Amino acid sequence: MAARILLLVGTKKGAFILESDAARAEWSLRGPFCETWPVNHIIADPATGRLHAGGGNEWFGPAVWTSPDLGASWTHSSQGLAYEAGETPIKTVWSLSVAHGVLHAGVEPAGLFRSTDGGQRFTHVNGLRDHPSRPEWQPGGGGLILHGLLPHPSDPAQFWVAISTGGVFHTADGGQSWAPRNRGTRQDYAPEDQRYPEHGQCVHCLVMAPGEPELLYQQNHCGMYRSADGGRSWTSIEQGLPSSFGFPAATHPRDPGTLFLLPLNGDQAGRYMPDAKAAVWRTRDGGTTWQALRDGLPQQDAFFGVLRQAMATDRLERAGVYFGTSGGELYASADEGESWRCIARHLPTISSVETLVLED
Amino acid sequence: MERVLLPAALARLFPGAPRQVDLEATSVAQAIAGLEARWPGMADRICDSTPAIRRHLRIFVDGEPATLHAPLRPGAEMLVMTAMSGG
Repeated sequence: MAARILLLVGTKKGAFILESDAARAEWSLRGPFCETWPVNHIIADPATGRLHAGGGNEWFGPAVWTSPDLGASWTHSSQGLAYEAGETPIKTVWSLSVAHGVLHAGVEPAGLFRSTDGGQRFTHVNGLRDHPSRPEWQPGGGGLILHGLLPHPSDPAQFWVAISTGGVFHTADGGQSWAPRNRGTRQDYAPEDQRYPEHGQCVHCLVMAPGEPELLYQQNHCGMYRSADGGRSWTSIEQGLPSSFGFPAATHPRDPGTLFLLPLNGDQAGRYMPDAKAAVWRTRDGGTTWQALRDGLPQQDAFFGVLRQAMATDRLERAGVYFGTSGGELYASADEGESWRCIARHLPTISSVETLVLED
Repeated sequence: MERVLLPAALARLFPGAPRQVDLEATSVAQAIAGLEARWPGMADRICDSTPAIRRHLRIFVDGEPATLHAPLRPGAEMLVMTAMSGG
């Protein structure tokens, strides 16, 4: 039985931590941490118990913050988190991931760094920078960012990244060489005969099904997709959704066919909840059918958005689902999305939500 | 001995770092290297990888805007400021 569950929340003004017990009925809030720097992503390393927060400050540049004691104290480092002299400097850290003892950081302008000492020193993964498509990557609305990091659960040499806008890339040799994996994903911002290019798609969020490393889902700027072959080919699963546009996607901790989405009303329609009524959309069959989950969510005047890293699930039974809004509200469900409660409001714009379950 | 004045938001990032530091340096770059030697990581907060002073920081030497290569005379005062544009 879990003793504690932590929600790790990155915001435009620092990181926050909410805490509850396994019942997930009452939550306490701590923060802001990281000197109120913009924090794009805060994660936990279950192997070490450390927290890592990635972000960047307009005055002082990018950094990865680390806490060895669940947020009580923090240090920061950007040692090695830099491109060569003369190149455009790194503005901010966008995404973090830890697996197999390696902490990966995705940054803006798009690039990938790795640390093998818990976030003290970083080295650049040159192979991705050297991919021939790199000069053609273009910044999306959030900048030219590497925001998606998917380690293979059992093979440390395999890794997927998502770049806006460059698309999805995969390495099978620990980052030395990369291959685009975008076949079947649409690029509506191109002439009709060029809408399915090899790279350049605007992937918004890339997630992996539990226990099935080849089963991937992606919310794209232009559609929602599923791949059963590690991204070599993608199939649209947007039929039945209220919109093909959205940012976050979150998998279930145990069921590979269950996925949670938060479609927005459209990229040129305001980017808020469809009809200003909030809903999380859930599939139980890998995207064949979708169900809107609204109980407890605002059904009037919901003009907020939800950013790409701002939805997460926990691994409890039944799974918890959480999302944070552009207006600083945090919603939680302890029953796989059937019912919802607002557990924090008046926070800064929420950039990311992750969970950490601590056992007795 | 030259004097470096640090903004509060920068000093806060390095526990124990004072707002006023006396050290020996003949250029802005050398003064920043001196800060880095005392508080590892501070140079990265002041300079980017171009290398250049970060876009939203400004440095003044004896009241005059300065670049990384600006010289420091003996007894000079180097002021590091957060720019309005970054706040």
